[in-house]
Amino acid sequence: MSFLRNTLNKIKPHFLKGGRLEKLYPAYDAFETFLFVPNHTTSTKCHVRDSIDLKRTMGTVILALIPCLIFGCYNIGYQYYLQFDPSYINQNFSSFLNLFLYGLMKVFPMIVVSYGVGLSIEFAFAVFRKHPVNEGYLVTGMLIPLIFPIDCPLWIVALSVIFAVIIGKEVFGGTGMNILNPALLARGFAFFAYPTKLSGDKVWVSEGYTDSISGETALGELATLVKDGVTNDYQETVLSNFSSDGAYSLLNSFLGFIPGSIGETSVVAVLIGAAILLITGLGSWRIMSSALVGGFFMASIFYFWNANGFMSLNPIHQLCIGGFMFAVVFMATDPVSAAQTNKGKIIYGFLCGFLGIMIRVFNPAYPEGIMLAILFMNVMAPLIDHYVVEASIKRRMSRVKI
Amino acid sequence: MKSTLFSKKNRKLLSDPLGDQNPITIQVLGICSALAITVQLQQALVMSMSVVFVMVCANMIISALRNVIPSRIRIIVQLVVVSSLVVFVDQVLQAFLPDVQEKLSVFIGLIVSNCIIMGRLEAFALGNTLWPSFLDAIGNAVGYGWILLAVAFFRELFGSGKLFGYQVFPDGWYEAGGGFYLNNNLMILPPMALIVVGVIIWVQRSRKSFPDELLEEN
Repeated sequence: MSFLRNTLNKIKPHFLKGGRLEKLYPAYDAFETFLFVPNHTTSTKCHVRDSIDLKRTMGTVILALIPCLIFGCYNIGYQYYLQFDPSYINQNFSSFLNLFLYGLMKVFPMIVVSYGVGLSIEFAFAVFRKHPVNEGYLVTGMLIPLIFPIDCPLWIVALSVIFAVIIGKEVFGGTGMNILNPALLARGFAFFAYPTKLSGDKVWVSEGYTDSISGETALGELATLVKDGVTNDYQETVLSNFSSDGAYSLLNSFLGFIPGSIGETSVVAVLIGAAILLITGLGSWRIMSSALVGGFFMASIFYFWNANGFMSLNPIHQLCIGGFMFAVVFMATDPVSAAQTNKGKIIYGFLCGFLGIMIRVFNPAYPEGIMLAILFMNVMAPLIDHYVVEASIKRRMSRVKI
Repeated sequence: MKSTLFSKKNRKLLSDPLGDQNPITIQVLGICSALAITVQLQQALVMSMSVVFVMVCANMIISALRNVIPSRIRIIVQLVVVSSLVVFVDQVLQAFLPDVQEKLSVFIGLIVSNCIIMGRLEAFALGNTLWPSFLDAIGNAVGYGWILLAVAFFRELFGSGKLFGYQVFPDGWYEAGGGFYLNNNLMILPPMALIVVGVIIWVQRSRKSFPDELLEEN
């Protein structure tokens, strides 16, 4: 520790006014405050400050993402060997380690690209605009690899990051000013710009593209049931995959042993993350719970409607497949783009879940409905807040007797 | 009030709409067609040329008639003039460039409702003589056109890898030819046109600060 402190103190003069690297001060400042709690004192009237600053907040969220990342890496290896060499998968620890390391090797470049590109842009803007580097990208940079398919080319990841950071965030004034969730925006961009790399059945299993292995996600399989002319035989074949001994059984979907974006498959890992967020008070329980209720409500309606094979899936199972849980816990709760008022959060969360399941079932072209639902609700959040505040004012006004 | 053909004032009429008073990026008019017909450069070029023609003729006709148009029915008169010109352009395109005309389809007809044209007729041609009206029309139509072409350039290049229909990126770059490159589908969708226009506006505003009063005037 003291070594770091001494080094920082030694190089500090170069970055201060008059120093050789004066222009790069924001970069230095970002690094120093990342390592050490800054010794800034308040300069305004407000003297009561929480000791947890934005960097510490972001650190906690990343901690909450670690279970998803670890399981994601393991699952990448698991899906790979399941397709190419099932005998390799054993119940012992060395097998687990091998699968995990295989996945890590595949995921690591994506994380490096995501952070490398995103942070360079943040630093460039900070130096150019002469403000301290924003911490916002620390979490986004981890979220982006977790919501991409493993076989998505790195240049697409890089391009999506550039788009999300510049158009999604810097244009609006940087961290805290964005109207859309940057990580979801990156995925949305890639989804519409390069649909063949973000959907279909070739990208979910690592190396699947070159060997034309068909590893369809649960949602992709189900989406094939939503068209005219689906025969009963076909429907039964697909749905048998979702029965208790199929590849997408409830247990597998809950534990996460299904193909999907890197971090989204395991509900268990997501729930651990959710617990961390809730205990530390960083994630809003209102949004999480109301989004779950919204999704469950819509899935139940579909279950009783039962117009096609997709709808006949039981509601719990419906929530466990795809990125629904991951998005509800880590995306919908983004404090910047979500609704701000307590009542607004409940409405916002409910509609996120509700629309997410609805889009997924109604439009087979967009299997990952929750992404579009949250982006849509991000735009609607200020409107919800506006009416919640108006209603509150109106209610209080009616009590006033003049 | 005698002024030379290219006095400073007249030159400003021509140059302002290209940059500081650009109808699309500053006044934010005519956005609709800028989003719709900028998928390919060819369409954008034909559209810009049609707008230049319609605008120059309409501005000069209205300017010539300005003293005899009763002010109560001036909008109708303007509409009649503009729509006759648009029908003329449409017929010419159908005769000589039928395939482009087909792609532009309704948007040639919609030049009638292009707010830039009506705006210039109302704001300028009705109160100025022939020569300034001509310059003003050229300036605004070209100001509209170059933004269209700029947007179409990026959209066609990254959306389909072509410029004016000619392949720019070699086949070897694409996956089919052994490379890794893919065309950006989002570029073909209208949202990206809005974002490209937005980026042009961003670059323009950051090069020169525009005080709010100037923006509110428009």
